[in-house]
Amino acid sequence: MFSNKPVEIRTAPHLKRPQTVDVIMRNVVYALLPIVAFSVYQFGISALALVLTTTAVAMATEQLFSSLSGRGNTLKDWSVVITGILLALTLPPGFPLWMAAVAAFVAVALGKSLFGGLGFNVMNPALIGRAFVQAAFPVAITTWTPAFAPGRFSEFIPSTFTLPFMQPVPVDAWIEALNIDGFTGATPLALQKFQHINIDTFHLMFGNIEGSAGEASSLLILAGGLYLAARRMLDWRIPFGVLAGAALVATPLWLVDDHLFPSPFFVWFSGGLMLGAWFMASDMVASPVTARGALIYGGLIGVLTVVIRLFGGLPEGVMYAILLANAASPLIASWTQPRVYGEQGRERSATRAGSTGGAS
Amino acid sequence: MNLLNLFRADGTFSHGGIHPVDHKEQTAGKAIRRLPFAPRVVVPLSQHKGAPARPIVHVGQEVVRGEPIAEADGHVSVPMHAPATGRVSAIELWPTAEGPKSPAIVIDVYQASSQEVLFGDEVDVDSLTRKDIVQAVKDAGLVGLGGAAFPSHVKMQPPGNLPIHTLLVNGCECEPYLTCDHRVMLEQTDALLRGVRLMMRATGAVQALIGVEDNKMDAVGAISDRLAEGDMVSVHAVQARYPQGAEKMLVEALLDRQIPEGGLPADLGVVVYNVGTLAQIGELLPRGRGLIERVITVSGPGVRKPGNYLVPLGTPVSFLLEQAQADETANEVILGGPMMGMTVASLDVPITKGVSGIVVYAQGDADQSRRQVYPCIKCSRCVEACPMHLNPSMLGQLARKRDYATMAADYHLDQCFECGCCAYVCPSNIPLTQYFRIAKAINREQTALAG
Repeated sequence: MFSNKPVEIRTAPHLKRPQTVDVIMRNVVYALLPIVAFSVYQFGISALALVLTTTAVAMATEQLFSSLSGRGNTLKDWSVVITGILLALTLPPGFPLWMAAVAAFVAVALGKSLFGGLGFNVMNPALIGRAFVQAAFPVAITTWTPAFAPGRFSEFIPSTFTLPFMQPVPVDAWIEALNIDGFTGATPLALQKFQHINIDTFHLMFGNIEGSAGEASSLLILAGGLYLAARRMLDWRIPFGVLAGAALVATPLWLVDDHLFPSPFFVWFSGGLMLGAWFMASDMVASPVTARGALIYGGLIGVLTVVIRLFGGLPEGVMYAILLANAASPLIASWTQPRVYGEQGRERSATRAGSTGGAS
Repeated sequence: MNLLNLFRADGTFSHGGIHPVDHKEQTAGKAIRRLPFAPRVVVPLSQHKGAPARPIVHVGQEVVRGEPIAEADGHVSVPMHAPATGRVSAIELWPTAEGPKSPAIVIDVYQASSQEVLFGDEVDVDSLTRKDIVQAVKDAGLVGLGGAAFPSHVKMQPPGNLPIHTLLVNGCECEPYLTCDHRVMLEQTDALLRGVRLMMRATGAVQALIGVEDNKMDAVGAISDRLAEGDMVSVHAVQARYPQGAEKMLVEALLDRQIPEGGLPADLGVVVYNVGTLAQIGELLPRGRGLIERVITVSGPGVRKPGNYLVPLGTPVSFLLEQAQADETANEVILGGPMMGMTVASLDVPITKGVSGIVVYAQGDADQSRRQVYPCIKCSRCVEACPMHLNPSMLGQLARKRDYATMAADYHLDQCFECGCCAYVCPSNIPLTQYFRIAKAINREQTALAG
């Protein structure tokens, strides 16, 4: 009955774990959604418009280059959605939408598609986009608006709808009209750096600060990151390395002079460090594959971030720290190639042979 | 002993490994049953590593079950015995699991025969010298029954006369679905321990460690019940973690040492045998018989009567499928386990000495659906899963560029034993193990050409 039946030929292994790329990427998006929701709650419909713009433009750019290069539909791997959302979270909530669209286009076109799409990018695409607009629009990217402004769900921040290639509408008058106590127009990091005013870590955690759309929800970032780490969709060593590296540099300085230098807690919860550590440094493609490499890479980001923040010209250094570490990633990977099974035995048998006078 | 061992209930290897769903519940509780004889059995002359055996029968000759029908050709070779009483109808090319056809002795089985084994004389194994035991193992045609099919007597005399002090007995059976070794440990415990003690005598090993995965604690119990106080044979539960049953992993799990790269267990004074092989040694040597049948697990979603069957060697796979009531839509048959076994190209392929199981998939089983391949996202899961601690991600990228020489020279390709962990975990569905198999084959050809 079975004698002449044709059969399938395949080669081992015949079993497969079902967790595929699209599942992982989709879960990263899920983990990002609470952060997006909080930023919308915090900054209102302008933040929503921002994230929708960057995500839509990122997806359109991906589709454009994928079809140009004959790679078919690559949207369904979900990775470009992450880029779009992450980019929005690194921008000021009132960032002009046309500039955000430029950032998203650059992020995907130059940061990802140029290298060959998913899996081939050298650096984190979202940060490439942000680095581009940081250089191109230095004023707009440091124009901060207050959190929890009244009427934020019915009214856009005036700069949001700046016409393309026009200077953004100044928001000073608008902010003044809001009449919010204690608004400084500076991020906690800038206050700390230039005026040595330390904002209470409590405020940092619960978002009553000025800053980028995704900076203020450290606890949600932590929760999302831990969810991914628990499902093994994120290498815990990278955020661990970032936070450890940052604390390593910040703690001794803080112990020496706690007025001039911020506490390690402040360093962790201020600016983009949490978001960077859990969602950007951990970009699998641009980080080393080895366990030791991941720790070194994470540590490098943490150290660089604090060094840039405290001794560089900018109040925030996460972006450049991650981009630099991305660039160093292949080098770190080649230094930390895994120690192959049998090397241990080779050394041991060498010592054994040595101790017995190299018999046999 | 390092501190971490305090937190581990059982021994295991140091890096990597996976926990696939083991599906063993389908057959683990099923006692070994004998199957009827197929109308025709096919004995390939090359079903072991090394030189093919030389036939000593001619077409038309009648053979009795257990009678030698082919002799070993050189040291790394073993003889064959008739698995059934019948008449040699042909000595011709026959499809094999490996792919190419190879010479085989075809026997038309006498259905009316009692199939009694009339061949072989009782042997007093206690009077055998070390050399006699080695010869007896060779004469019995024994090879590694765990799947390697390497002639057993060769490992008993390691090259360079390296002294052996430890016998490791592999009862891990880490492949999903397979339960034949489990049943052998439970039902043939005495034969197994007889084989272990014979092997210790033959190799000069002063101790024997039996490693069993901790999902088979009943087997651990059955063996330890038969061990005396202070016995030099001991049984150890090791972690159920694929590929615990790989030789290198088991050595590390039980002895906390690694076999040097490119070396043999004998370099550590160790020799490793599968429980099935030793049980057959314990069974066959005292009776002076040859290997003519073995226990096989027939399982998988495509069979309605899965079980552990005692099968005459040479039984065609198609006959086994009928006996196990395979689904009519069965369209993929794996010899061995699903992680390392190969699919057969033809169901006429006979069961050989190294086949430990058959896993059958029917049309539409999720396990065989084709999957979209994404680019490598460097997620490092393969690096974490590789029990040899290689870098499959890098190896895979090099394989895509067909840079096979660099793979071997800089990334230890030859250390890969194709356990399949990397391909199993890869979220991009990249066929890594398959790439490496091709790379190694091409490197071998290149070396052969250069040589």
